[in-house]
Amino acid sequence: MINATLKQLGDALRAKQISSVELTQLYLDRIARLNPELNAYVTLNPETSLAQARAADARFAAGTAEALTGIPIAQKDIFCAKGWLTTCGSRMLHNFVSPYDAHVISQFNNAGAINLGKTNMDEFAMGSSNETSYFGPVKNPWDVSRVPGGSSGGTAAAVAARLCAAATGTDTGGSIRQPAALCGISGLKPTYGTVSRYGMIAFASSLDQAGPMGRSAEDLALLLNTMVGFDERDSTSLQRDKEDYARDLAKPLNGLRIGLPKEFFAEGLGSDVAQAVEAAIAEYKKLGATVVDISLPNTRLSIPVYYVLAPAEASSNLSRFDGVRYGYRAPEYTDLADMYEKSRAQGFGAEVKRRIMIGTYVLSHGYYDAYYLQAQKIRRLIAQDFVEAFKQCDVIMGPTSPSTAFKLGEKGDDPVQMYLSDIYTIAVNLAGLPGMSIPAGFGANNMPVGLQIIGNYFDEARMLNVAHQYQLATDWHSRAPQAL
Amino acid sequence: MTWEIVIGLEVHTQLSTDTKIFSGASTKFGAEPNTQADAVSLALPGVLPVLNRGAVERAIKFGLATGAHIAPRSVFARKNYFYPDLPKGYQISQMDLPVVGQGAITIQVEPLSGNAKPYEKTVRLTRAHLEEDAGKSVHGSALSGVAGLGIAGLAVVGKPLVDEYRDLTRLTGIDLNRAGTPLLEIVSEPDMRSAAEAVAYAKALHSLVRWIGICDGNMQEGSFRCDVNVSVRKPGQPLGTRREIKNLNSFKFMQQAIDYEVQWQIDTIENGGKVQQATILFNPDTGETRAMRSKEDAHDYRYFPDPDLLPLEISPEWIAEVRNTMPELPQAKQARYVGELGLSAYDASILTSSREMADFFEAALKACFPSPDRRGEKLCANWIIGEISAQLNRDGLDMAQCPISAQQLGGMLARIADGTISNSGAKEVFRTMWAEGGDADAIIEARGLKQVSDSGAIEALVDEIIAGNAEKVAEYRSGKDKLFGFFVGLAMKASKGKANPAQLNDILKKKLAA
Repeated sequence: MINATLKQLGDALRAKQISSVELTQLYLDRIARLNPELNAYVTLNPETSLAQARAADARFAAGTAEALTGIPIAQKDIFCAKGWLTTCGSRMLHNFVSPYDAHVISQFNNAGAINLGKTNMDEFAMGSSNETSYFGPVKNPWDVSRVPGGSSGGTAAAVAARLCAAATGTDTGGSIRQPAALCGISGLKPTYGTVSRYGMIAFASSLDQAGPMGRSAEDLALLLNTMVGFDERDSTSLQRDKEDYARDLAKPLNGLRIGLPKEFFAEGLGSDVAQAVEAAIAEYKKLGATVVDISLPNTRLSIPVYYVLAPAEASSNLSRFDGVRYGYRAPEYTDLADMYEKSRAQGFGAEVKRRIMIGTYVLSHGYYDAYYLQAQKIRRLIAQDFVEAFKQCDVIMGPTSPSTAFKLGEKGDDPVQMYLSDIYTIAVNLAGLPGMSIPAGFGANNMPVGLQIIGNYFDEARMLNVAHQYQLATDWHSRAPQAL
Repeated sequence: MTWEIVIGLEVHTQLSTDTKIFSGASTKFGAEPNTQADAVSLALPGVLPVLNRGAVERAIKFGLATGAHIAPRSVFARKNYFYPDLPKGYQISQMDLPVVGQGAITIQVEPLSGNAKPYEKTVRLTRAHLEEDAGKSVHGSALSGVAGLGIAGLAVVGKPLVDEYRDLTRLTGIDLNRAGTPLLEIVSEPDMRSAAEAVAYAKALHSLVRWIGICDGNMQEGSFRCDVNVSVRKPGQPLGTRREIKNLNSFKFMQQAIDYEVQWQIDTIENGGKVQQATILFNPDTGETRAMRSKEDAHDYRYFPDPDLLPLEISPEWIAEVRNTMPELPQAKQARYVGELGLSAYDASILTSSREMADFFEAALKACFPSPDRRGEKLCANWIIGEISAQLNRDGLDMAQCPISAQQLGGMLARIADGTISNSGAKEVFRTMWAEGGDADAIIEARGLKQVSDSGAIEALVDEIIAGNAEKVAEYRSGKDKLFGFFVGLAMKASKGKANPAQLNDILKKKLAA
């Protein structure tokens, strides 16, 4: 049952082969057994989850069940869920119980899915290894001495370790795709504006996008069908006709043009990752695809641009965490300024503070033009690169991350090394394009490698088709960590 | 050489929307603390702003009323600073691209002293932009009156609320009811050259925003708050260093504050000092201004475009739609009163000094003379400018609080025009109406104020007077014309004031001449 696809689970529930309560309990038992080591979940609420499962079972009895009804889904702890602790991986919100549901949470609730628990993450989604969480690092289920990637590391580990049927993540610079790659699962960051950000705690508003993480492209399509929908509470939410993201899964790939950016296969890419990605491309050729060499010349600027813009927005987004109304407040202080300083000094971790300082600096009088405005201009150039590229190809492929999962603590002292693990993913966020990562074999130390697929705006259905056809031809996505 | 005063104003007008600029919470004034603080007002994690179109429409109205450029595309920016009543740690405002660009307002200036004559002046507007208001901090002992402290969600900054800190003077409460109320900040050019001009501009603006219905203008409740930038220079010299007087909420204080500040700046410079750029506060109790912060400790607000909001796009169609809902503006109305109704320019300007006054005039006119009639318009104007205004002044009321409705006044004016009551009778009707209410006809009836217009009755009365005052009649007939008034007086007295004066005059003249 824990290896079943979402569709199979739905069928089993509908056929009463298993009840949602039984399925939920099965996952809760696995979590109780494995989570102490993996630390993938930060908050569980078994009574709430089981109550939702009973309600789901009632929907099956009443014949009102939908595709995801009764299926246990893990939620990244960045989504506000009514009555749930919503910490965003930070001491600042260690005691914050949300009084309302994020759009994503209500979409799953309305579909009758079970909220199985809140998953661990880098603090305020700032990190690529899940080591910045106030609640401790998550461990990679393939090798517990290694990181799961980040910031959606808890989600990726939970999916890989079969501690949930599927889960949600968010991606600001690669936070869905990179941990998906490092944990050997599938993850999709949709086009910016596709999934409402309402109730998703903001890191960098112009880049943040929620998306599904699961074990196959087919599962992602079902999840995306539930997550997407215009939401008037988010001014950047796009008003588009409802679409079925699973509609094209079965299409053959004959004639598919795959663009391979030379910048993605240059210095810095691990040879094991390169080999796995090249093998995947070879497989695509067998499936009828053709390959086009393309160039994304401004990609090299994406990390510096990102580390101006994302911290700038973050420095402002995180100003609301001041200890006045909710969240952490220092126990001792002398006056207002001291209360702010101590609450924020004690409530935020080092990486968050680093980015708040960078962001504050680049927005400061006298530096704004040189950093923020300049970065915005280059951001447009980066987006323009993709516009040009998509004139020659249907999808772009390459590695998701330059290496497989690294050791816990390995890059802890070197932020720049850490930032480089998102070198292939960040440009996609800057351009607002959809991107995904799917398992494409194993590299050094037998750790999973992710293949990144980048699509044109609103081309998620095609990307899922491209991924699904590969997953029909290969079985990388159905491999599970042996130790568990 | 004398000093020239240079003044520019920044006015925060609270827009009259029912809900906040970026959320559906109510903007009603005076509710219990934090009962109008929804998730967005509280800046809970994950919430997002959604622009209230009603606020934009009001900004468009202002742009149309001042002949200003309405930006087809404007941008909301974040102004970052920490303060407990600013829940997000930034205020959403507009910086580089405001919704309303350059416009102008024509003002009538009445010099405050001397025999100088009133004059007209045009003040240029630099811009007007949309932004959200902050909440309120309630300090120390003022908290003691606040209901449900520590229970009703009133966040408290200070030591935790344990018994030993029941001493409220150590605490600050935060009320976020006002946080997110829409404001239009209207910035003028430094075009004013005296306190009188500044006050006239503020009054004109105050009248205009109420006229077009975008702001209730309630200054006590903070709906109309003025920041005044003041500097002095020798004529022809470049602008002097300005100091900004913050948050003036009465025209009287504005004048006092400017007078004090101007004198302070002149004294400072003449004593060899230098004016430093600063933000200052006016203390109405002492009549003095005092520096709050200097330029050195000015914030770096780190403005940048708010990524949660799309640029605000205003189409020509939207502007046209708003234009259709605009009331006739004061200047157009004035021209019409002069051109079509034949009123004097002076009367027309007074009647259009506020929307309430003009509406009152038009409604009274309609009630009085359903069809256009010149005499009626002048009569109506006279009564409103004269009796009504005087009485309102005496009772300290404004037009909206007038105890006599336009319909009541119109009813009375109709009786003057058709000769039912005399002017003196009308004054009695008016006094009664003001004090006790009721319509004109009922009062005339009850008080027996109907004039005698029966010529037979008046003739009989006049005959009696002529017969009883033979000596005076002879004097009159021998050329002492001044005695005519004497006869009128007697006749009026005899009729108990009810004789129709015009008729009486005619008959008296005829009979005395005989």
